[in-house]
Amino acid sequence: MAKITLDNLAHSYSPNPSSEEDFALKELNHDWVDGEAYALLGASGCGKSTLLNIISGLLHPSQGRILFDDVDVTNAPTAERNIAQVFQFPVVYDTMTVHDNLAFPLRNRGADASYVAQRVQQIARMIGMEEQLNRKARGLTADAKQKISLGRGMVREDVNALLFDEPLTVIDPHMKWELRTQLKSLHHEFGHTMIYVTHDQTEALTFADKVVVMYDGRVVQIGTPQELFERPAHTFVGYFIGSPGMNLFEAQIDGKTAKIAGVPVALGAGYAPVGGKVQVGVRPEFVHLSDTGIPARVTRVEDVGRHKVIRLDVEGHKVSAIAEEGAQIPDGASHITFDAAGINVYADDWRVTAKQEAAT
Amino acid sequence: MTLVLKGVSKTVGGEVHIHPTDLTLEKGTMNVLLGPTLSGKTSLMRLMAGLDVPATGSVHWNGEDVTGMRVQDRKVAMVYQQFINYPSMTVYDNIASPMKLVGKSKSEIDSAVRETAELMQLSPMLDRKPLELSGGQQQRCALARALVKNAGLVLLDEPLANLDYKLREELREEIPKIFERSGSIFVYATTEPEEALLLGGNTATLWEGRVTQFGPTPSVYRRPVDTATARVFSDPPMNFLEITKQGGKLRFGKDAAVALPDALSSLDDGTYTAGFRPNHLELSARGPDAIAFDTILNVTEITGSETFVHLDHHGARWVGLVHGVQTLQPGQSLDVFLDPSRIYIFAPDGTLVSAAQYAEAA
Repeated sequence: MAKITLDNLAHSYSPNPSSEEDFALKELNHDWVDGEAYALLGASGCGKSTLLNIISGLLHPSQGRILFDDVDVTNAPTAERNIAQVFQFPVVYDTMTVHDNLAFPLRNRGADASYVAQRVQQIARMIGMEEQLNRKARGLTADAKQKISLGRGMVREDVNALLFDEPLTVIDPHMKWELRTQLKSLHHEFGHTMIYVTHDQTEALTFADKVVVMYDGRVVQIGTPQELFERPAHTFVGYFIGSPGMNLFEAQIDGKTAKIAGVPVALGAGYAPVGGKVQVGVRPEFVHLSDTGIPARVTRVEDVGRHKVIRLDVEGHKVSAIAEEGAQIPDGASHITFDAAGINVYADDWRVTAKQEAAT
Repeated sequence: MTLVLKGVSKTVGGEVHIHPTDLTLEKGTMNVLLGPTLSGKTSLMRLMAGLDVPATGSVHWNGEDVTGMRVQDRKVAMVYQQFINYPSMTVYDNIASPMKLVGKSKSEIDSAVRETAELMQLSPMLDRKPLELSGGQQQRCALARALVKNAGLVLLDEPLANLDYKLREELREEIPKIFERSGSIFVYATTEPEEALLLGGNTATLWEGRVTQFGPTPSVYRRPVDTATARVFSDPPMNFLEITKQGGKLRFGKDAAVALPDALSSLDDGTYTAGFRPNHLELSARGPDAIAFDTILNVTEITGSETFVHLDHHGARWVGLVHGVQTLQPGQSLDVFLDPSRIYIFAPDGTLVSAAQYAEAA
């Protein structure tokens, strides 16, 4: 396993990039700590696949270096980087048995037969395919084939890193749980450095120690799931993480108070004067119906099973609140209030640090 | 406008894909087909559309027997997971094409195309070709084509499966509103329970080629008629364990017997399967009736606001979903609690004996 360093890295698909806009991946410096599990999360086109392809060596960056344990591998081809990769769609040899598919990376490196036999058994158990080891891969369902791809990605213990590119897209929801849990236990057990690219927040948050959120070619936040939930560094993180995403309100900030829709709201913390486009961000989990506060109109209540999503209109803007499974929506609910602890302040989309926070 | 399936079945090479099925879909309803891959969702849709002829039974549209009628002769629109657009036409012409085929006037077409494009957030892309769009935009173009012609029956086969998470979330919110306006019968296949709940309407759960239950979505979710339905309509999956009721005592698996909780007082003596959802497991006892279980923690997954705990309860694998961020060590023992009013009771053959008490109230 290795530490992976991105040094001054950037990439443009155009041969002569003239402005920042031309870069699919904007300048980035980052250490991927040895043995950590990372998720790379963002919408399609945000640059996450570009970054993954640079790490794996499929793409040569327009600028900067990439180092594995401080050794420059920028010009090393994929085969020399000693990494395992799992892609969105299964890559299996149809004419080989499941067993031989799993054994392939080990045999390729000349591992001895008894080790291969024992390791393949172990992996087969993990992906739940012990029963099918001796059948040919041809004719298996797409998700069975993808399980083989996952197993093959994990079969070698001596790789520098494991890279996953949307590996669970073709898997049924129930199986997703199983495989994700297995990946997670595997990570606990072997401590591989793992980088997992996905556009699915649940996959990213539940899999990773640290989530790297990308937006428009830029890393906007690297943090634990809790940090991304409680203190989104950018309005995009607030929107992209959480379902529904964070509500944003135009506001004026004066010390410990925000004025939203003409109503003063306590912020629970003091702020220095804020310039630019000022917004207050509150996740639906921290919005409550009330008979005082900011005027709001309930437009729709969605029963999502384990909770309810209340859709509201505040001065023509859509706002969401989350209520418990059995919660009754009171008839007279005409206002909303916030939990002060759940409020963040943004200037031109970037989070503003409160005074106490800055002091500590 | 109604679609009625009477004893419809489908067999391929001696293998049953759809067991005889009765189903009535009413005008202006959203009907979700929920089930895992290969449970029969697509097969059932193809029978509804007339793309396949049933082995037995008949299909009725507005009272008329349309079994065997070609799909071209029926008012049906279908959208697949793999989006299909005309690559040489602009987005505008793609959306307009189904209306041109039925000879609508130019102004009628124009307003319908623009309205549908706006809904699908395609307005800025009307002059582009499908291949110049992202995958999500291409799928929205295909959806727009299905919606624009106002077909009486719109079949959507996992239409959002290839889209980005956030876009899926937005479209899930939009689709019920679109269908409310159109008055068509919508049929929507998905593997995801949460998607079914967000879409609302009615849900038919499918398991191994059988419709196990059909009814209003929240009521199928809260009052599943059997363990198959409960399993299909729970993500993460519902937890199960065997229980024995004898007199005033209740025994859960190998755990010591507890006094029979009020919520289960009407149960006859015997052995049952108890089921409960992951979000009803708790790390502290909420009321005096809460039942405690000793488990071993295998893995935790933190979403930021909640924590999934994967548990081993005497060899059975359970999942719990608890509020807040919990720092727990894999391998540690963990006591979890369950309010008896959250327990579903199933007979040994899987049929529901009694729904959880809370669900009766919800």
